[in-house]
Amino acid sequence: MTDVMVAVLVEHRGNEIAQPTLETLTLARSLGAPVAVWMGDQPPADQIERLGAYGAAEVRVVEVGDGARHAVTAAAAVGSATADASVVLMVSTFANKEIATRLALATGAGVVVDAAGAQMVNGRVETTQTVFAATWDVRTRVNADKAVVTLRPNTTQALPAETPAAPEVVSVIPLLPEVRESMVSVTPVEREDGVPLSEAPVVVSGGRGTGGDYTLVRELADVLGGAVGASRDATDEGWISHEHMVGQTGVTVTPALYVACGISGAVHHRGGMQASGTIVAVNIDPDAPIFEIADFGVVGDLNDVIPQAIAAIKAHRQG
Amino acid sequence: MRIVVTVKFVPDLQSQRSFTDGTVTRTAEDGTMNELDENAVEAALQLRESLPEGEGEVYAVTVGGADAVAAVRKALQLGVDHAVHVSDESIAGSDVFGTARVLAAAVHQIEKDGPVDLVITGMAALDGLTSMLPTALAAELDIAQLTLASSLTVADGTATIERHMADAHETVTAPLPALVSVTDEANKPRYPNFKLIMAARSKPVTTWSLSDIGVDPVQVGAMASRTTVIDASPRPPRQNRVTVTDKGDGGTQLAAFLVERGLA
Ligand SMILES: Cc1cc2nc3c(=O)[nH]c(=O)nc-3n(C[C@H](O)[C@H](O)[C@H](O)COP(=O)(O)OP(=O)(O)OC[C@H]3O[C@@H](n4cnc5c(N)ncnc54)[C@H](O)[C@@H]3O)c2cc1C
Ligand SMILES: Cc1cc2nc3c(=O)[nH]c(=O)nc-3n(C[C@H](O)[C@H](O)[C@H](O)COP(=O)(O)OP(=O)(O)OC[C@H]3O[C@@H](n4cnc5c(N)ncnc54)[C@H](O)[C@@H]3O)c2cc1C
Repeated sequence: MTDVMVAVLVEHRGNEIAQPTLETLTLARSLGAPVAVWMGDQPPADQIERLGAYGAAEVRVVEVGDGARHAVTAAAAVGSATADASVVLMVSTFANKEIATRLALATGAGVVVDAAGAQMVNGRVETTQTVFAATWDVRTRVNADKAVVTLRPNTTQALPAETPAAPEVVSVIPLLPEVRESMVSVTPVEREDGVPLSEAPVVVSGGRGTGGDYTLVRELADVLGGAVGASRDATDEGWISHEHMVGQTGVTVTPALYVACGISGAVHHRGGMQASGTIVAVNIDPDAPIFEIADFGVVGDLNDVIPQAIAAIKAHRQG
Repeated sequence: MRIVVTVKFVPDLQSQRSFTDGTVTRTAEDGTMNELDENAVEAALQLRESLPEGEGEVYAVTVGGADAVAAVRKALQLGVDHAVHVSDESIAGSDVFGTARVLAAAVHQIEKDGPVDLVITGMAALDGLTSMLPTALAAELDIAQLTLASSLTVADGTATIERHMADAHETVTAPLPALVSVTDEANKPRYPNFKLIMAARSKPVTTWSLSDIGVDPVQVGAMASRTTVIDASPRPPRQNRVTVTDKGDGGTQLAAFLVERGLA
């Protein structure tokens, strides 16, 4: 089925492609022939090469400036660049879900969001989703001729194509609609070093049980090469910024390893992390619900357990 | 100012949620108004209360089967003025676009008694969790969309929201009429008090079928759905879980577990 054109909307921070896009391109290759869509200024040569390495035969560049922050404009831009594609794949983010919705309304496509995978079956896209706080697996078929799917980070392993492509770069002039909304201000979020929470292979989260001191949580995250997460109570207290909140109304994460420190495991929190590969919990209360879903739990004070674990991991590495 | 709040009937988060024939099992005992819609109702009530008596009116609308009436009854208990339940066999199995079409038609029906200035929704329904409906509904109604609001102010015919996106905090504004979806940070929902609960008992719920609001049944429901759930199965619980109690070596055991799994 290599004749099916699969467009992939590239996530990039400045000029750097985000890891989930490489995962999405990898999935796209299993569905058909990938074409990358880059919203923004002309990408640099090394990034075009990178998209080629993951199988993009073409890079379509569509420039809408700050308009990209409006779902209406972004969807129109993506629509202009993907009119001939049967499948449009994006990374699951709140912004992309809105773009996907508008794109589907404009094209009659069916949408699946937060997919964990997709396959082509008898010419139709079928997706898998993990729902109800990762207690159910759902398989969905897209009935429409066009499918728009948003893919959760860390659900497909990014692998370069066997034969890299040398992508052709094409500029797309979008047809843009009138926009009713206007941006009064945009304050960029200070980016911390390292991988963003939703993309991180390891997440170490701290909750109310940290008492507001994230030193140990950060140190463990550093040692494990992961990002720092938090519960709602912790972000509400102002101990750590909102971008770190894991859960149903925060970031949904599916890392290979999730470590919950001083987090009770409320259903709202679990909804955002229960699909993680391995779950580890440290909590002083043996009855904390987080232990019901932890592969490995330690009933104890995180102020004792975490420093000892960090020291043991370091000692192990020094062999 | 006339405000429509959308409220969804969803299985209780604490209940054993499941699927039957590709759709969510919904029962009266285990169902409630989507928790995040409490924030939408609260936002509407606060706006009404900021206006002189009699100048604000709040409608709660739900789309769903017979049991879904519980969602708008809850909204009445919280203090909305009117409750509308759109229910029709043909709606079953709708995708997000079918649901948006029905809700848009209900808003238009309400507009027959006077213009609607604001539509307020929750940020997500805690069952489907797609967060697509607000965008789809704004598009159907052809009005501005201000989504994921962590704050909302309305003045001089415009609505202004703040929203926290992954890369930036935005302040966005649009002229009314507009659709606003609010997050759980937007406000602290009130609890229904005894007086309101008693008053809500005698308040009527308006029930509309598709023909009442002029929607062709073939445009919605499972047949019109662009996506179909073809299989749903419970995931097996995690196997071989271990919990140890720290007796001075909990951290060491934790490290050993991570090393053994190749994670450290
Ligand atoms: C509509 C709605 C949406 C929500 N969305 C989210 C969401 O997206 N994400 C989210 O996280 N929450 C969300 N919540 C809040 C959620 O219900 C919980 O209140 C929250 O997750 C609790 O945070 P916590 O686990 O840090 O705090 P707590 O529940 O107070 O738990 C703290 C834990 O720390 C343990 N502890 C204390 N001291 C120590 C110590 N020294 N060492 C080890 N353990 C210790 C305690 O035993 C306890 O289990 C939402 C709530 C609502 C109503
Ligand atoms: C597990 C699961 C996964 C799904 N995945 C998809 C999918 O990938 N693609 C797809 O097209 N459909 C999907 N659906 C179907 C979709 O959930 C329904 O069509 C639903 O009516 C709208 O989406 P939502 O529940 O996700 O709402 P959201 O967009 O998450 O809800 C946002 C707000 O919209 C309002 N709202 C939503 N539904 C109603 C209603 N019936 N009555 C009143 N107000 C309402 C509420 O205010 C709510 O807070 C899925 C359903 C489930 C249960």
